[in-house]
This record gives sequence, C-alpha cells and structure tokens, in this order.
Amino acid sequence: MQKEISTISVQPTVAAVPVELASKREKISAHQVCAFFGQNQALKNISLSIPEHSVVAIIGPSGCGKSTFLRSVNRMHEMIPESRITGTLTLDGEDIYQMDAVQVRRRIGMVFQKPNPFPTMSIADNVSAGLRMNGMRDRRRIEEIVERSLRQAALWNEVKDSLFKGGMSLSGGQQQRLCIARALAVSPDVLLMDEPASALDPISTAKIEELMYELKKDYTIVIVTHNMQQAARVSDRTAFFYMGELIEYDGTKKIFTMPSKKQTEEYITGRFG
Amino acid sequence: MTSTTQTNYGDTIFRNLTRAFAFLILLLIVFMVYEMYRTSASSIEKFGWSFLTRSVWDPVQEEYGALPFIYGTLVSSAVALVIAVPLSVGVAIFLSELAPAWLERPVSFFVELLAGIPSIVYGVWGFFVMVPWMRTTVEPLLSDHLGFIPLFRGAPYGVGMLSAGVILSIMILPIIASISRDVLKAVPRVQKEAALALGGTRWEATRIGLSYARSGIMGATILGLGRVLGETMAVTMVIGNRPAISASLFDPAYTMASVLANEFTEATTDMYLSALVEIALVLFVITIIVNSFARLLVWSVTRKNQAGRV
Ligand SMILES: Nc1ncnc2c1ncn2[C@@H]1O[C@H](COP(=O)(O)OP(=O)(O)OP(=O)(O)O)[C@@H](O)[C@H]1O
Ligand SMILES: [Mg+2]
Repeated sequence: MQKEISTISVQPTVAAVPVELASKREKISAHQVCAFFGQNQALKNISLSIPEHSVVAIIGPSGCGKSTFLRSVNRMHEMIPESRITGTLTLDGEDIYQMDAVQVRRRIGMVFQKPNPFPTMSIADNVSAGLRMNGMRDRRRIEEIVERSLRQAALWNEVKDSLFKGGMSLSGGQQQRLCIARALAVSPDVLLMDEPASALDPISTAKIEELMYELKKDYTIVIVTHNMQQAARVSDRTAFFYMGELIEYDGTKKIFTMPSKKQTEEYITGRFG
Repeated sequence: MTSTTQTNYGDTIFRNLTRAFAFLILLLIVFMVYEMYRTSASSIEKFGWSFLTRSVWDPVQEEYGALPFIYGTLVSSAVALVIAVPLSVGVAIFLSELAPAWLERPVSFFVELLAGIPSIVYGVWGFFVMVPWMRTTVEPLLSDHLGFIPLFRGAPYGVGMLSAGVILSIMILPIIASISRDVLKAVPRVQKEAALALGGTRWEATRIGLSYARSGIMGATILGLGRVLGETMAVTMVIGNRPAISASLFDPAYTMASVLANEFTEATTDMYLSALVEIALVLFVITIIVNSFARLLVWSVTRKNQAGRV
C-alpha cells in the first residue's frame, strides 16, 4: 500500500508550499521549540508554520516527539513535573506562553492519544463538561450542542438512547469518539488530535476523516497519525518528525510523492521506523 | 495431570484454611454478641425496648435508659465528621495538588504523626488547653454570631458536645487526610489533563479529580467514623459526662464509650452491670449499622461509576 503511494508519479517540480496554502493566514507558528523531560530532550529546534483552515499531519516513528509537540502547543507539556520548554510558539501571532494557559486551551482543543472520558459522568455530561466549565448554563443550548457534537463525532446513532449512561460503558473506540465530541463541543479554533483513529474501525475512521474535512472550513487541525494513508488522505501538509527533530515539512502531496529527504522517503515507504 | 491435581490439592487446603479463619472471625463476633446479650439479660428483661428511649440513668433507683448516651455518641460523631471531612479533604487537595515537593513531604509527615498520638494525650491537651479556649473564646464568638441557631445558644461551659466533636475531628483528620491524599494522587494524570484541555481551570481539574476519587474519600471517612464512634479517653475528658440531651452543642453530654469507661468499675449491683453491658451491646450494634450503611453508600457510588459496564 505504502509503495503504491510512492510510485504515483507527478511533475518533478512541485512548489515547496502548495499555492492554495501559501495564501492562507498563519494560525500557529513554532520557532526553535525545544522540549525537555528532565535531562531528556524530546524536541530539538522545531520550527514550523501552520496555516489557518488546514489540516496538518504529523508523522514519524514511535517516540519521535509527535505527542510532545502537540502538548507543547496547548501548554499541556508544562503539566509534567520537571518538564521544560524553550523557543517560541504563537497562536494568531500572540505568544502562547505569554497568554493565560486557560485561555490558550479554550482556543486550542485536544483529543488525547488514549481515550480519557470522565468515568463519573454520563455520556451527555462528558460532552458538555467543557461547556459547563466555561460557564454555560442554558440547558436547551447545552442539549443542542451535545447532540451536534456527538453527530459530528459519528457517535450519535450509537448513544442517543443511552445518553445518561456512564461514559465508561462505551467501547474503546466509542470512548475515543466521545472524547472527540467533548473537544468539539467547546468549539475551539484549533484542534489537536493525537492518533484519534488508532482504536477505531474502518467505518468510524472514515467518518472521522470526513469530519476533519468538514471542520477544516472553520477550524485548524493538527493530527498525529501512524497511518500513512490517513495522513495522505486528510492533510494538506505533512510534517515528518524523527528523533525529536523536524526532518521535513511540506505539502502532503509532495511529501508522499517526492520527499526531499532520504529519511522521509524511507519512512513513508516503510523501509524503517 | 498429576501436577494439576497436586496444585488443586494445595489450593483446596489453602482455600479451606482461609475459609476457616473467616468463619473464626464470624464465630468470634457471634460469641461476643451472645456473651453481651447474656450478661445484659436482666436489664433487657426489665426495660425492654424502652431502654433505648428512656433518659433516666439512676443507679440508686436502679432505673436505666440509654438515650442520652446514644444521642451523645451520634451527635459528637456527626460534629466531628462535619468539621473533619472538609478540612481533611482540603489538606489532601493541598498536599496532592498544590504543595511543592519540599513542603509536601514534611507536612505529610506531620499529618501522619498526628495519627500516632495516643488518645489520652489528646484528652489531656483538650482538657487543659482546648476547653478553656473554647469557653473563653470560641463559644462566646459562636453564640454572638450564630446564636440564632439553637445549636450555638446557651452558656459556654467549655466542656461539652462541641469540645468533644472538635477533639474527635482533630483525631481523625490525619486518617482521612492522608488516605484522601493517596487517593487523589492516584487519580490518573490524563483525567486532570482532560479537564485542563477543555479550558478548565486548575480548580476545575481538581474537581474532576475529586469526583474520580470520591469513593476512596468516602472510604476514608468511614474509617474515621469507625474511630470516632468508639473513641473513649479523649472524649471522656472533654465532653462533661452528663447524661442529658440538649439542643445546644455547648452543653455537657455523655457518650456510650465514656459511660462504660467511667462507670464500669463502680457497677456494684447486677442490674447496674447489666445495664452497662447493654450499652456496650447497643454501641456494638450501632457501629455495625453505621458502618454497613456507609459501606453501602460507597458501594452504590462505585457501582454508579461503572454503570452499564456489565
Ligand atoms: N511523561 C514523560 N516523561 C519522560 N519522558 C517522556 C514522557 N513522555 C514522553 N517522553 C519521552 O519523550 C520522547 C517523545 O515522546 P512522545 O510521546 O512525544 O513520542 P510520540 O512521537 O508521540 O510517540 P508515539 O507514536 O509512540 O505516541 C520519548 O523519547 C519519550 O521517552
Ligand atoms: Mg504519541
């Protein structure tokens, strides 16, 4: 499958940044970002720019720092004891690390690598948890948003009759979609998704991918994935991380057809990683 | 095949042995109840159920009723929990979420140290330090500001229900606080991160942690409750030892454990002894009822957490 992608032939001269993206406003930018866990450096001088209303995929072998990068963007990295971060990250040109962390996270939502619904809450309460935290009291409005978010996350049909059951009563894949719905409910500007489809069956995966396509109109999405086809399908740009470094970042088509770095090519063709 | 049979054989011995121990404990309880019942037979016969509802305690006339003691035990325990639970949970939140590591360790150490102090030491401290302070400062202050509530009305005696509740709350704070801290620390980090990622504040993330940990905190409270129900020495020294039921928490009262400790050696007549043993029996039964009820509560909460999982 992966071979197949690499053999698709395109014209040899592809612009470094696809034209339709070059014109978009910059949503998030990272400049010389380094992240540490104690002495261990997980990110080394990452610089990249994420345009508004686009999907950026982050790929790379396990342990290369993909999650750490996502977690630096919404300031979740700093919640880990002894962690440290240097460099600059901006959201709409504003320094993320100068902003109030709570405000940052209201604008940058996250779906975690492992599903983490709130076990003491019902399905509906899980979805509306963020709304209630942000002070929404209007019952009707909350119900509407819960339904909309669950529909977007392709979970509504499965849970509409059991909204008041515990969140833990769902299967792993359903829990992950519940977490996606929970993140969508607060309508952030940016959505960070850490392998959102790794526990999903092909049908729900397809639905989530469709959702990303939809959401792109209003949101900016950064998705970590181990699935090359998925990266190729859903993203406009792809970043390849390797051992804490950003090896290559370019239009997705370019990365998957004629990557400029040998390591990238080897990784996407499945020869290492 | 032979090896399986052998392991099964070992398993059988082990199972039967542990089962025997479990039955032994049950047997012991049954035996204790039977003995208490036997010793208190004459009191039970004479007063019947009215023993539980009468307020007289008159060794001269040989008239006995346990109501003031039951009341004293239940109310002092309630006061202790009302004070201790929020405080302990606050301490636990501080230790598990807010305190920097260099502060957490010594504070945790002192909290746990409090749990090891013998209750007579609390009693002495309570009698000589806390009671005068209650009489001159705390109780007048309470009656000035909250005097419209009958609980805080009346003359500040110092010794009384409130002092007993306060000393009990100090005694159980370490247990509840240190268990709650452990339970809160065991809340998976991803739970708090999930709350933060939704734009929750640190307090909101802590609340998520609390709801995750609530059955553990309730378990800690039950342990504390178990201790206050039976606590004797410290309470005896500060409660005033007067078998009376009064709406005011300032007034002296008496608990079941205290009356047993104080009067057991003076029980000269059979009926007196019999009445005291009946109080012990009642305390035993109340402890079992309260604990079962509390356990049921924990069980229903835990079950709700996993609702639908089955
Ligand atoms: N909590 C932590 N404490 C210490 N080191 C950590 C922690 N989390 C990650 N690391 C280290 O940081 C590096 C990057 O980890 P990260 O989780 O970002 O990898 P990843 O690319 O997301 O991998 P995967 O695809 O397996 O999820 C790894 O070498 C890992 O050992
Ligand atoms: Mg990861």
